Amino acid sequence: MTQFRFRSDEPVADPAVTVDSFGEQTNASAVRLEPGDEARDLLPHLDRLKLIEVNFPAYTDGRGYTSARVLREAGYTGELRAVGDVLVDQLAYMRRCGFDSFAPERELNVADAEAAMARYAEVYQPTVDGRSPVWAKRHGIGQHG
Amino acid sequence: MYQYDKFDQALVDARVADFRDQVRRRLDGSMTEEQFRPLRLMNGLYLQLHAYMLRVAVPYGTLSSAQMRMLGDIADKYDRGYGHFTTRQNIQYNWIKLEEAPDILADLASVEMHAIQTSGNCIRNTTSDQYAGAAADELVDPRPYAELIRQWSTFHPEFSYLPRKFKMAVIASDTDRAAMRLHDIGIQIVRNAAGELGCAFYVGGGMGRTPMIAPLIREFVPLDQFITYSEACLRVYNRHGRRDNKYKARIKILVHELGKEEYTRQVEEEFAHLLTQNIEPPLAELERIKAQFTDPAYDPSAPDALDRSDPDFALWVDNNCVTHKQPGYIAATISLKPVGGIPGDATSDQIRLMAGLAKEYSFDECRVTHAQNIVLPHVRKVDLYTLWQKLDAAGLGTANLDQIGDIIACPGLDYCSLANARSIPVAQKISERMAAKEQEIGELKLKISGCINACGHHHAGHIGILGVDRKGVENYQLLLGGCEGADTSLGTITGPGFDEDGIVGAVEKATDFYLANKQGSERFLDTYRRLGMAPFKEAIYAKENAE
Ligand code: HEM
Ligand code: SF4
Repeated sequence: MTQFRFRSDEPVADPAVTVDSFGEQTNASAVRLEPGDEARDLLPHLDRLKLIEVNFPAYTDGRGYTSARVLREAGYTGELRAVGDVLVDQLAYMRRCGFDSFAPERELNVADAEAAMARYAEVYQPTVDGRSPVWAKRHGIGQHG
Repeated sequence: MYQYDKFDQALVDARVADFRDQVRRRLDGSMTEEQFRPLRLMNGLYLQLHAYMLRVAVPYGTLSSAQMRMLGDIADKYDRGYGHFTTRQNIQYNWIKLEEAPDILADLASVEMHAIQTSGNCIRNTTSDQYAGAAADELVDPRPYAELIRQWSTFHPEFSYLPRKFKMAVIASDTDRAAMRLHDIGIQIVRNAAGELGCAFYVGGGMGRTPMIAPLIREFVPLDQFITYSEACLRVYNRHGRRDNKYKARIKILVHELGKEEYTRQVEEEFAHLLTQNIEPPLAELERIKAQFTDPAYDPSAPDALDRSDPDFALWVDNNCVTHKQPGYIAATISLKPVGGIPGDATSDQIRLMAGLAKEYSFDECRVTHAQNIVLPHVRKVDLYTLWQKLDAAGLGTANLDQIGDIIACPGLDYCSLANARSIPVAQKISERMAAKEQEIGELKLKISGCINACGHHHAGHIGILGVDRKGVENYQLLLGGCEGADTSLGTITGPGFDEDGIVGAVEKATDFYLANKQGSERFLDTYRRLGMAPFKEAIYAKENAE
């Protein structure tokens, strides 16, 4: 179940299929990436994708962060959902990598999650989330990304 | 020295609040120990044999005297009155209570310090040359580049759950004093044929159970692209580093398995892509940081002569001090290796004393070295004798830098939950046994690890000692011929291991053999390299066979 969603469009109803079946079902609009899947394999199909789920079977496996950023860097604007072992203290990092919805397998405490996502007012790196890194503020460089 | 602005301070303050909240959720049970573990690790908090251990970051080993003083005060307030300086140029406290850890972080934040990413599978504290800014042979001060890396790597959202820990080092002279090629990424600041500064990238070095020397993967990355290049190196690793086996998870294994050419090809491809993403800080940011590492206000008329009439002082100068780029000045190393002492340990009083001396004699600055000593980088030669007398009175005047008593040792079985054997008592015994011959032996780097993880750098010791478990009994293997630095090499095991007394005897036999066979001004390592393992081995094991 999606617990947090930071988009205003209608959620996609289609179930997310595996990367393998996505290759065969030319009309699928939702896909699920496992940690070992190559996100760049999806790049030729971005225009028909409305939802990409990135699975975190264990929160310690950080490959999904790279998958997310790679997709956003390539211009993907659809929903990017983190699913699986998604915990409070990873949410802020995930948002920075381009995730805009979260379906943790165990429901999170909403107050803790919101506090964790709001805690860091400053960031050192530009990513795909459009936040200005500290160096841009220091040198009067405008909004990044 | 780098000083935080409101942004840096805001990040560190937010971290204190963050960790306080995490500890609260752990203590009230809303987080399991398993969920808490990586979070506390990213804050340098380990659960050890007896208590929590807190590792505090000392970026590129540089400390102001106020920061150093705070480290002493923390030792009193939250620990048992001492701290342990480590091979990662950091400091560790061994007796910490979880409930108090957030308060320690708050105290640290009040002097622009933190424990961020001092452990965990993320980009760790960046290390550098302990003589940075003082060394006569450096191209530039490497620390501004390390500071830029510190900022870029802090809370990096993509690289906080890497396959394994990730350590970077930056140097800027041909003499490598930071074991740069034994890091996941080692950067040397170099000048190209056109006279521009840039970074040579060495990737995939490391110690642990599979020691490897990092190959050069790019000779020159321009300064306005090196963060982007680092990002490319990390992204290939995060994507493809092995996660099936934690012993094969370091980037050295990836580089080794893919081969240097293929790894480099993938990095270059990712680099080309990332260049289009505008993630590099502007050169103006590097300039802003550099402006905080300018030379201190040296006294241009400081006399260059030194009164060496006190022989004990002269010995200390010869062993522990190195040439400074500024005439009239010297960089002095305070050895934390008194005869029979615990390598790297200092009491809170000693820490505060060193803080005071840094303020009085070294432009408010000191350094932690990867050999677990403290450097006062900019001392006027005319002040040196007074300084040494004060050190000596506090038990800090040991004249043994880079000698056999200047042992690097990991915490071992006295503290560490992964250990096979104790390191500290072996270091103490060797230090005592060899003290009388120390000056005669000269340069000899001896390094001890209590298990294969190699926290004590045993692979890189001229003499290395590795603690192993042999049928439930502590046993020590002896290695010869390792070396860090420009001519990095890895040590070779001599043969069967020894018990605690046996290993001390074996070290003595090896050094006696050296003294009997050295030619001219050869160091132990040179004699070993000339003669090879066989005669050393014979000398070390001879008596056992005769018995
Ligand atoms: C007491 C708690 C400690 C624990 C549990 C611990 C654990 C480890 C482990 C598991 C490794 C192997 C990592 C790998 O090869 O992937 C390692 C490597 C290392 N540790 Fe520690 N360590 C501890 C203390 C220290 C201390 C006190 C120092 C500094 C004096 C230190 C410095 C290092 C270094 C330099 C390496 C080698 C890095 C490399 O492989 O490139 N560790 N440690
Ligand atoms: S080398 Fe082994 S025993 Fe020593 S500190 Fe590292 S993990 Fe512990």
